Amino acid sequence: MNDIRIGVYVCHCGSNIGGVVDCKDVAEYAAGLPGVVVSRDNLYMCSDPGQALIKDDIKAYNLNRIVVASCSPRMHEPTFRVVVQESGLNPFYLQMANIREHVSWVTTDTHKATQKAKDLVRAAANRVFYNEAITTSEIDIEKSVLVIGGGVAGIQAALTTAGAGYKTYLVEKKPTIGGVMAQLDKTFPTLDCSACILTPKMVDVARQENIELITNAEVVGLKGAVGNYEVTVRKRPRYVKDDCSGCGACADACVLKGRIPNQFDYGLSKRGAAYIPFPQAVPLKAVIDNENCLMLKNGKCKQSCAKACERGSIDFGQKEVEVQVKVGAIIVATGFKPFDAGRTTKYGYGIYPDVIDALQFERMTNASGPTGGKVLTSKGEIPEKIAIIHCVGSRDENTNAYCSRVCCMYSLKHAHLAMEKTGAQVFNFYMDIRAFGKGYEEFYKRIQSEGAHFIRGKVAEVTQKDGKLRVKAEDTLLGKILEIGVDMVVLSTGLEPCEDASKLAEVLHINRSQDGFFMEAHPKLNPLETPTAGIYIAGCSQGPKDIPDTVCQSIGCAGEVLRLLNTGKVALESTIVQIDGDICVGCKICENLCPYGALAYSQEDNIMQVEAAKCKGCGTCAAACPSKAIKQQHFSAEQVFAEIEALLERGQ
Amino acid sequence: MQDKKNWEPNIIGFLCNWCSYAGADLAGTSRIQYDTAIRPIRVMCSGRVEPSFVIKAFSQGADGVLIAGCHIPADCHYTNGNFKALKRYETFLPLLEELGIEKERLRLEWISASEGEKFAVVVNEFTRTIRGLGPLNLCKGERGHAHMMEVFK
Repeated sequence: MNDIRIGVYVCHCGSNIGGVVDCKDVAEYAAGLPGVVVSRDNLYMCSDPGQALIKDDIKAYNLNRIVVASCSPRMHEPTFRVVVQESGLNPFYLQMANIREHVSWVTTDTHKATQKAKDLVRAAANRVFYNEAITTSEIDIEKSVLVIGGGVAGIQAALTTAGAGYKTYLVEKKPTIGGVMAQLDKTFPTLDCSACILTPKMVDVARQENIELITNAEVVGLKGAVGNYEVTVRKRPRYVKDDCSGCGACADACVLKGRIPNQFDYGLSKRGAAYIPFPQAVPLKAVIDNENCLMLKNGKCKQSCAKACERGSIDFGQKEVEVQVKVGAIIVATGFKPFDAGRTTKYGYGIYPDVIDALQFERMTNASGPTGGKVLTSKGEIPEKIAIIHCVGSRDENTNAYCSRVCCMYSLKHAHLAMEKTGAQVFNFYMDIRAFGKGYEEFYKRIQSEGAHFIRGKVAEVTQKDGKLRVKAEDTLLGKILEIGVDMVVLSTGLEPCEDASKLAEVLHINRSQDGFFMEAHPKLNPLETPTAGIYIAGCSQGPKDIPDTVCQSIGCAGEVLRLLNTGKVALESTIVQIDGDICVGCKICENLCPYGALAYSQEDNIMQVEAAKCKGCGTCAAACPSKAIKQQHFSAEQVFAEIEALLERGQ
Repeated sequence: MQDKKNWEPNIIGFLCNWCSYAGADLAGTSRIQYDTAIRPIRVMCSGRVEPSFVIKAFSQGADGVLIAGCHIPADCHYTNGNFKALKRYETFLPLLEELGIEKERLRLEWISASEGEKFAVVVNEFTRTIRGLGPLNLCKGERGHAHMMEVFK
């Protein structure tokens, strides 16, 4: 090991590291470590001059190992690996010491920070002695895409990848695509009709021959890795065959017609057990709701739906099926769940019939909705005064601390629609108006000029007196307590992670942020991908956002997927394991530990063998091997030991 | 040897790449301040942490060892490496006392990539515990390691 020649580079990261850690001192200290030939500090190692410095030194000093002490390796390890590789060395001869996220950003104590930085640099320099060259092999990519969720986010993503020529599976949990956008009336700030801009895209999905639409289905299993995912999709029975023409005769004939709350209208209308989700549904096919259908529940019904169907498409014998699809990449676009206003009892939701939530109001104003577009109280009267309460289930420590981003704007839209349709006086109770997007502030001004009232204050409670709702709040601009009598209260409910976010996170092995939405690999540098390579997140599954942002993000994800698929190849994990056949005794302890079935016993040689393409590089088998025959590349016991030893050599 | 008054504990933290190392990164990005005594080592999975890593750390002079991985049951990037870590930890813990090492010196925690705050809290708490216990006076270096390996045979 005499010919190990290490270069150490300590980054100031402007003042991010240099403001706390004495980088010069660290670099001088590192110069005295075994094997270190050159040690420098630099303002920005990731900059072009910083990278050139490493390259020049590799040539000038004939370096063969590089230590960069800077930010987290999760950030710039790929950058510096390329630098090392471009200088003709194996990229794994790089070792990083994280002296920013783990040191300078978590203390202001220069002495302690500098000491910790020295320790981490010493550990990296000691470990790099044992770093080995790794050649990662490449395998072919499955040139197809899975999009989970058929709202506007999933629709847009699928249309983009399919339009580029790639087979795209679009899996939707409900019987139709469209998502929440299909339920909206108008969209802010342009007030264009939501269905008019969405339904053509929905029809495109049905027409696009590269899209295979799988509705009434959920993703329940995932195997493989980036480039080669094997996905299990569970398809619930529709109880209606594919040849259904969507005529609706079964829905008309269903004995339960008009008896079951219709979720598409948020309970404001009723449907039967056999129904068409909505007139523009894609696929336009009937579906039978197995929770309510008498035939499916009790096995007894006169089956008037089946009799009414000319094509004989009703099939009560349909069973749940699981299908396997192979894809190279996955886009998660599972959207959000509207906040359940019933969780905030002080506003009387679920108690007073004229306290409704935003989506119920949305259905009411929709011309194809339950009231034919009329805004009416529960008594069927036109309201004269309407209160809109902002931030219900958002910016509230008792429910969700985050801002749901869209409620201010849709509340303004609701104010406009309410005034337009009823001539009512509208009172907006708000905390702040967040009109951040293009044309949004102008929209706010417009609604103000139309005569909507804005009262800055959080509503304390909604009560009912003499048949009228009373809204009590403090007007914080006037410093006065107000109580206003109204005929209708609309709660601007926030956005929450979709119901199965936690289940899906488990299936896909992706993370969720503190707020429960799916978490991106990096909020700024890699905002569309998850930490699991090849899985991307679009729309409200990543966090509350409006339609323009959702569509942008979807197209962005599709762009990332196309970049990946166009390369045609993907590198295998670098941290996979190797088995030393001379040491392995074929005890098979490792076999059952591997979650991927990457280890198999070879009868012929009486040893275990690794299938590199299946190994994902966790190293759990290496930890368990009693004869230490398994080595995890780049995380061998030797390498970890070297780090431990150096970290604990204190005060030298 | 540092004098007792200025004694700073040596704490090794084995952090899984996907959750806990990222959580530690987030603590930094969010500028959450915590005790600097911990020295993190990145592993791909908490399931990679083998008992010999822990023995090695204690025998080389660690006063405390933290193992942190993705939340159970199902946050693990590698399906169930966290369960393997848990199992090993549970098996290993009683043996520590055999060696004269208080079991409080080894801690297993689940810290997700979004729990920067939790990382700082855990580190502070653990460091406080170790400061309370004082230095681990084992026979150190090669001899100590050999002794420990002997016990585990």
